[in-house]
Amino acid sequence: MVVIGAGMIGAACADALARRGMRVAVLDRGPVVGGTTGAGEGNLLVSDKGPGPELELAVESLRLWRELAEDLGPRALEYEPKGGLVVARDRQAFTELQASARLQCLSGVTTVEVPADALGELEPHLAPGLAGGVHYPQDAQVQPALAAAALLRRARDTGRVHLLAATTVTGLSEGRVETDAHGTLLCASVVNAAGTWSGEIAALAGATLPVLPRRGFVLVTEPLPPLVRHKVYAADYVADVASGSADLQSSAVVEGTAAGPVLIGASRERVGFDRGLSVPVLARLAAQAAELFPALREVRVLRAYRGFRPYLPDHLPAIGPDPERPWLFQACGHEGAGIGLAPATARLVAQLLDGEQPFMDPAPFGPGRFGKEQA
Amino acid sequence: MRRGPLDLVRARPETPFEFSFDGEPVTALPGQTVAAALWQAGHLAWRRTRLGDRPRGAFCGMGACYDCLVELDGTPNVRACLAPVRPGALVRTQRGDGHGELR
Repeated sequence: MVVIGAGMIGAACADALARRGMRVAVLDRGPVVGGTTGAGEGNLLVSDKGPGPELELAVESLRLWRELAEDLGPRALEYEPKGGLVVARDRQAFTELQASARLQCLSGVTTVEVPADALGELEPHLAPGLAGGVHYPQDAQVQPALAAAALLRRARDTGRVHLLAATTVTGLSEGRVETDAHGTLLCASVVNAAGTWSGEIAALAGATLPVLPRRGFVLVTEPLPPLVRHKVYAADYVADVASGSADLQSSAVVEGTAAGPVLIGASRERVGFDRGLSVPVLARLAAQAAELFPALREVRVLRAYRGFRPYLPDHLPAIGPDPERPWLFQACGHEGAGIGLAPATARLVAQLLDGEQPFMDPAPFGPGRFGKEQA
Repeated sequence: MRRGPLDLVRARPETPFEFSFDGEPVTALPGQTVAAALWQAGHLAWRRTRLGDRPRGAFCGMGACYDCLVELDGTPNVRACLAPVRPGALVRTQRGDGHGELR
């Protein structure tokens, strides 16, 4: 097997395949976690997903993350089962939030309604005047670069996984992966886990996968005493995630880290692979975060980083074999949810590759769903 | 004679003055930053890390890394490499994150 991409998804796939006894080469044109994984926040969220296949995948994936944390130790991943808190600014937003929480509940999500006067118990520094919130105890966090490296290490410990970094794939056909640094690799199947660059990999095989980059910035504050206990965000964030617009959307997602700095996301823009620093976007994120947590007004931001989410037009990942190339498995296009969805994605890929009954219907993630529109 | 940057640029600095570092008098030249004055006086560390209590001083020296934080006239989290030192300034070793008000 060849897995293309040494980010979170590639690491999880390599681990899942190796544990089933397969021999795997993991290729990456750069280093381990050099792409979107290294620029992520490490969100493991069910709270931001409405009922449907992505939520089903997320519920299973968060269960698998808990198992991984038990197996590898929470410190190896900086796994924090901190829970999420979604807050509503006004009565109407709270009513809508409660309605969507009730629907999520039917899909296996634990939700706890939090009236306005009880928000302070969960988050003492939260701004006054909010209408209420919903607590999602299943939401959690990992440090994505650590987590991907830990999974790759566990995969290599099987003795069946080779990591080939700084290796660019130059050609792709059935049974053959051509590379610039290690010649031609012969293999039974290929897993395309190249994230935001998966479209280019698919194109090498003649397949079409319309993955586009959706840029996001994260602000990093100076180290603080514990100030934000959960993953806290305003209800409008969910609408931003679901938006198909190329324009800027931003709503603050605020969380503390084990090391002390508070991380502030999340902006979404489709501006290609432009790495330029956008001061207006950073200012908007900071203002929105300070609106939720007024204490942040007096706190300094030390730096900002950006990454490119792998965006597919219907906001669902592509998981499974290419319809015309059964040897080419797609495992990409998770947008901003790739860390959270990685273990369940890998499980699905491994089950499909092994000809086993998958734990859920993979049809909604079928890579062929874009082909017809193109033709 | 020992050559320093002042000789190399033929500087004619104005009158030196004193400030205090952890209660000890230190001499500085007008225009120097806190970090430059402390370095010149042989002090390389003026912060202790939050975890592990290890010494820290100037690292990047240009305001980017936030390693050289110091307490200046009672204000914590001041970047010593950017802040000009003034006569009579009270500079103290920084411990902790300097955000006791948020605890």
